[in-house]
Amino acid sequence: MNKKLRSFNSPTFLAYALIAPAAIYILLIVAWPVLETIRLSFTNSSLAGEDYVGFENYEKMLSSKKFNKIVTRTFVWMFFSVSLKLIIGLIGAILLNANLRGRSMFRVLIMPPWVVPIAIGMLGWLWLYNGYFGIIAGVGMHTGILDGPFGFLAYKQSAFISTIVADVWVGTPMVTVFFLAAMQGVPRDLYEAAYCDGASRWDRFFKITLPQITPVIITMSILSAIWTFNSFEIIWILTEGGPRGATTTLIIDTYKQALGNYKFGRGAARAVVVMILLTLFAGFYLALLARINKKISHG
Amino acid sequence: MDKYKLYEKIILYFSITIFLIFILLPFVEMFYASLRPLDHLFRSPYQFFSDDLSFWAYREMWNTVPMLPRYIFNSFFLASVTSLITLLFVIPAAYSYARFNFPFKNSSLYILLAINMFSGAVLLIPLYKVLRTFGLLNTYQAMIVPGVAFLIPTAIWLLKSYFEKIPVDLEEAAFVDGASRVQILRHIIAPLSTPGLVVVGIYAFIGAYAQQFLFAITFNQKKEYMPIPSGLYEFIGYTTVKWNEMMAASLVGIAPVLIVFLFLQKYIVEGLTSGAVKN
Repeated sequence: MNKKLRSFNSPTFLAYALIAPAAIYILLIVAWPVLETIRLSFTNSSLAGEDYVGFENYEKMLSSKKFNKIVTRTFVWMFFSVSLKLIIGLIGAILLNANLRGRSMFRVLIMPPWVVPIAIGMLGWLWLYNGYFGIIAGVGMHTGILDGPFGFLAYKQSAFISTIVADVWVGTPMVTVFFLAAMQGVPRDLYEAAYCDGASRWDRFFKITLPQITPVIITMSILSAIWTFNSFEIIWILTEGGPRGATTTLIIDTYKQALGNYKFGRGAARAVVVMILLTLFAGFYLALLARINKKISHG
Repeated sequence: MDKYKLYEKIILYFSITIFLIFILLPFVEMFYASLRPLDHLFRSPYQFFSDDLSFWAYREMWNTVPMLPRYIFNSFFLASVTSLITLLFVIPAAYSYARFNFPFKNSSLYILLAINMFSGAVLLIPLYKVLRTFGLLNTYQAMIVPGVAFLIPTAIWLLKSYFEKIPVDLEEAAFVDGASRVQILRHIIAPLSTPGLVVVGIYAFIGAYAQQFLFAITFNQKKEYMPIPSGLYEFIGYTTVKWNEMMAASLVGIAPVLIVFLFLQKYIVEGLTSGAVKN
């Protein structure tokens, strides 16, 4: 074999060649747009054209009270949604992990919100939240909790809560499934030894299950924080960010600025803020993942 | 191990029921609404029951929205093409990650994970401009091109773990016997990885089916190319919303993904969780 042929056959060249198509595709459709967004955020780009404006978009954005409110709102929305997903997901996983008849069927029955297109699932929630004809208002009126029709998406506070509930509905199945998988991965002999030592079911949960699945809990909390932060369709379909901006999160605001008003420059400045926050989350997640992996491979 | 006492069983079943009601209520209500006549749905004060349930809405919906068959076809078409293209890009990349060691292997894998975190919603502005420059707005491609990009990262991770399960010895033995890389790929890798390819393909299909909405409402205004999630909004008329027909059409729209998922749920869940849990 001559030298040229050998280098052609060397795995490194082959390895890169095999990855190249996917890598180039992602560079074009994801990486380049990221750079372009950063560039656009320094312009007043619109459908008409664009001029360089320096930091104007950022100055306007950061000095506006509205924007600061949106950032706070995004984090409050995210906090409630993620905590609920984790708590309900953990309880759900415990329930589905119990040795009961029918549990394999229950495990399948919790999946639909995860699999079904969000946009279609939200039509169901639109109907549930309907003030006159939805079942939630219906039950409320029949039991006397509500004294008349109540549009859950029509008032600031109830709309805020309603969008959180719908987001929890979409996100919980996945969290549950991951927690469940983690619980099933805990070695059985740990439980048997504890049982022989007389540990109660409660003790076994807090002393064995919980510590064993902590890495997965940490991973899932960061991942669902990222997904919740990115959540767009749920709010857009239910409220479009309303009423009077009560459910406008950063992502919704970015979309409205950019593609509702075609103010690409202003939208891009918001998108850059979103990307910076996402990068922080992602960095945090990857660092943690690396640490967990290290711990597992060493311990 | 200890058995559950009767009262513990009751508490467990009761809690599971509540959990399932939360998860399934929207679907149950959608189905129930689809069976009720429109004037029953719009009764005030609220009524829980209708006496004349029928599948009438499932027939009438095709008249209310004549383009409905086209939207369903579009959804299938977009999801199929998107997942096939995804596979084309992912198979060689995943194989390379599973088999070879090379500089930047781990860091590039982590970058792939990080890309997963940027949703399409953030990058819509430049994507819109790119698609506009290339004259791709209001075409099928407008929804396929960005769709593929956001499916590639997870698909690579998934397929990589399947390829890793195929013993290297098999390939090495064939290599020693003088088989070329192409022959190895065709006669050893391809048949052994079929189950993995099916799972990843289905994952991509479900993902592509689900993510259509955002790209469809932003990059496409033409009815002929609309997928079902955005087509459903045609049931919202100027004066009244035909809720029963909209719910019927929604259920028809989600039926294919649900059926596919039900048959393969075990493999999909295993595949998706094994990476996150065991890594």
